Amino acid sequence: MTTSPTGAAPPSAAPVDKGERRRSGTRSRPLPGGRSLLGAIGAGCFLLIWEIVPRAGVVSPQYLPPASEVLATLGERLLVPGFWVAVGDTVAGWGLGLAISFVAAVVLGFLVGSVPVLRRFTSSTVEFLRPIPSVALIPLAILMYGTDIQSTLLLVVYASFWQIYIQVLYGVADVDPVAEQTAKSYGLGRLARIRYVVWPSALPYVLTGLRLGAAVALILAVTAQLTIGSPGLGQEISVAQSGGATTLVYALIVATGALGVIVNVGVRMLERRVLHWHTSVRSETAQ
Amino acid sequence: MTMANTVARAARRGGVRVAEILLLPVVLIALWWGYSVVSASYYTATPGEIATTFGEVWFSERFMVDVVPSVGLLLAGFALAAVLGTTLGVVLGLSPNTRATVEPVLEFFRAIPPPVLVPLLMLLIGVNTPMKVAVIVSGCVWPVLLNTIEGVRGVDPVLADTCRCYGVRGRRWLTTLVLRSASPQIMAGLRQALAIAIILMVISEMFATTSGLGFSIVQFQRSFAIPEMWSGIVLLGLLGVTLSIMFAWVERRVLRWYHGVRAAARDE
Amino acid sequence: MLDVNGLQKIYGGGEREVEAVRDLTFRLEEGELSCLVGPSGCGKTTLLKCVAGLLRPTAGSVSLAGHAISGPPRDMAVVFQEYGRSLFSWLTVRGNVELPLKEKKLGKGRRDSLVNEALQAVGLADSAESYPWQLSGGMQQRVAIARAIAYEPRVLLMDEPFAAVDAQTRADLEDLIRGLWKRFAMTVLFITHDIDEAVYLGQRVLVLSSSPTVVQDDIAVDLPDERDQLSTRSDQRFTALRSLVYTEIQNAKNGPAAPSPAAP
Repeated sequence: MTTSPTGAAPPSAAPVDKGERRRSGTRSRPLPGGRSLLGAIGAGCFLLIWEIVPRAGVVSPQYLPPASEVLATLGERLLVPGFWVAVGDTVAGWGLGLAISFVAAVVLGFLVGSVPVLRRFTSSTVEFLRPIPSVALIPLAILMYGTDIQSTLLLVVYASFWQIYIQVLYGVADVDPVAEQTAKSYGLGRLARIRYVVWPSALPYVLTGLRLGAAVALILAVTAQLTIGSPGLGQEISVAQSGGATTLVYALIVATGALGVIVNVGVRMLERRVLHWHTSVRSETAQ
Repeated sequence: MTMANTVARAARRGGVRVAEILLLPVVLIALWWGYSVVSASYYTATPGEIATTFGEVWFSERFMVDVVPSVGLLLAGFALAAVLGTTLGVVLGLSPNTRATVEPVLEFFRAIPPPVLVPLLMLLIGVNTPMKVAVIVSGCVWPVLLNTIEGVRGVDPVLADTCRCYGVRGRRWLTTLVLRSASPQIMAGLRQALAIAIILMVISEMFATTSGLGFSIVQFQRSFAIPEMWSGIVLLGLLGVTLSIMFAWVERRVLRWYHGVRAAARDE
Repeated sequence: MLDVNGLQKIYGGGEREVEAVRDLTFRLEEGELSCLVGPSGCGKTTLLKCVAGLLRPTAGSVSLAGHAISGPPRDMAVVFQEYGRSLFSWLTVRGNVELPLKEKKLGKGRRDSLVNEALQAVGLADSAESYPWQLSGGMQQRVAIARAIAYEPRVLLMDEPFAAVDAQTRADLEDLIRGLWKRFAMTVLFITHDIDEAVYLGQRVLVLSSSPTVVQDDIAVDLPDERDQLSTRSDQRFTALRSLVYTEIQNAKNGPAAPSPAAP
């Protein structure tokens, strides 16, 4: 295999390699579907190492329980209703917070983005508020809401709002001025212009904002549960930790990781579906 | 005459600019002030009180005891994560097979919300400085790593061919071609990492230590020292804003060419 | 000087391989300026990459001054069509031209004089401290040409270098290439799809067939050595040669292009 060091593909070879589904026995090209096979091998190796290292005594099983034990503990947990309540709480805090900040950010973003005066007069404030870490609000959340879900929501909304809001502003600013003027010259009103011109071209940005916001929202939902003690997976972890239940801590971390994967994959799928619609509409009208 | 006009117009424009920057913040602070005086809520403090308290609390030995070590921790963790993430990212970006092998595992690690690593690392390392640095590194390394991989994969094949033709290889190939090509993505990853670093610094201190910024703020809240607590929130905010400004300053220099290329592409 | 012998390149593998270049044989003499023309998609770029040592041929060989090429040779420079993508946006014009010289481990003084001479020769002495993205397309291609010249190559390969610049700039750049070729005494292989350009520039025009590619014809350009855009292009001989090349390319396109034997 002679692969150039930068992974640069030969010019016209790429489509041939990509289109090829079946493997011919004569040449040693990369396996079709080889990527997922390699990925499975990688995941398998990872689990194997995780199993062997504590069993061989390289690291004390007290600190790193073998993979099988952690997964077994996780399996047991899956049968306990309390676990699902915690998952539900985490998902509720995440989803509700994300929904609130999404609606607020989209509405405000479109309003401020399409009125230049508003944009100019708010930008300094936004630039100041945006980098404030949302964890700074933890003490305030505790004082105001205790361990209620509002505490979680405050942190989640503050953190994810800016991610989405900034992207919406970029999106509105990126609207093709020619399209905007064309729409104006055909007598489209402001609302119609937003619906048919601004919204479609800002949509990719809105979805990028949603993707970034969704990840940050999950981080902050778990953070709130860890530090404030509002119910959810984060709180379960902190309880397991203070009880010294190492295996359970690992199991719950794996669970939050799985939740994170579901969130990431879900948002990416949504993005692909919506943007697929978007590009097909664009190619119909624009070309 | 015209000169005076120009000057007047410039002055007016400058005045408008200042108003644009200051008007909303002034209005917001005034509203807050009014609210905190009128409402007499236990949890609010007037901006005046907060400002006075801020000076008293933080411009004391607390600055050396609580603030400096926390910021040092933050920067050390961030720097380590940056070096580690970039190095691994370059290695993985350059070898497609290794990348395909470790990708699912990386995806999983990236998806774990970094704060859950705090209790774990407390169990493993104990409550000490290495634990806090480890928390920051283990949370910050992922965005840097994944963005670097993307950037390295995106090296322009024509530019790579150019390097081969002119015999540019080794160190110079790495620094001039690979790292510079990937620098926009690397910087994007570092920016995400910086935000995560602040979060992790604060909560690793809130969880279980006896000093540091996060600890002090929780301490104030527990003892209902409301203006002190607010001053801590303001300090964290200022820290976030300062780091963000510094980062933007560095980024403008490092990516000057990138913004130039994009501006040139837009003009066409 | 440069020998291409029975060159064949097949992409892909298994049942869906594509034979881009079938059997190419030609030879460039020392100091010759030859142009390669062919219908679009005839594997010109593949050929160039094999000659430059960027791609390994499936069969056949390329040798430079008697030495077989297995990787990019040291005394060969390449100018790509995509000027914008072959320059380092993060280096100044000077930095771009100087980079290969640093890799050659030349001293600072020698590098400076080579860079200055090359920039002078392409008319960019005043833009040395600019960045590529601050320049027009034609100027960017001049930077790439300056970089090639400063490298002091014995062979200069050019892959449709002017395909993406406007007509006026293109005429200027063509004259620039003729001038540089005489001044620096290099062997130049110039690949283009433009028949006029090939006849105007070359001492010789090699016509390629459509894919899978062979050399269709080898035409000597017996125009006077001193050429200029106005009189050369209105010369009767120029017109005749152009028609000849045009006919050959039409033949190449319509001719009995045999189906690829690689496909089962």
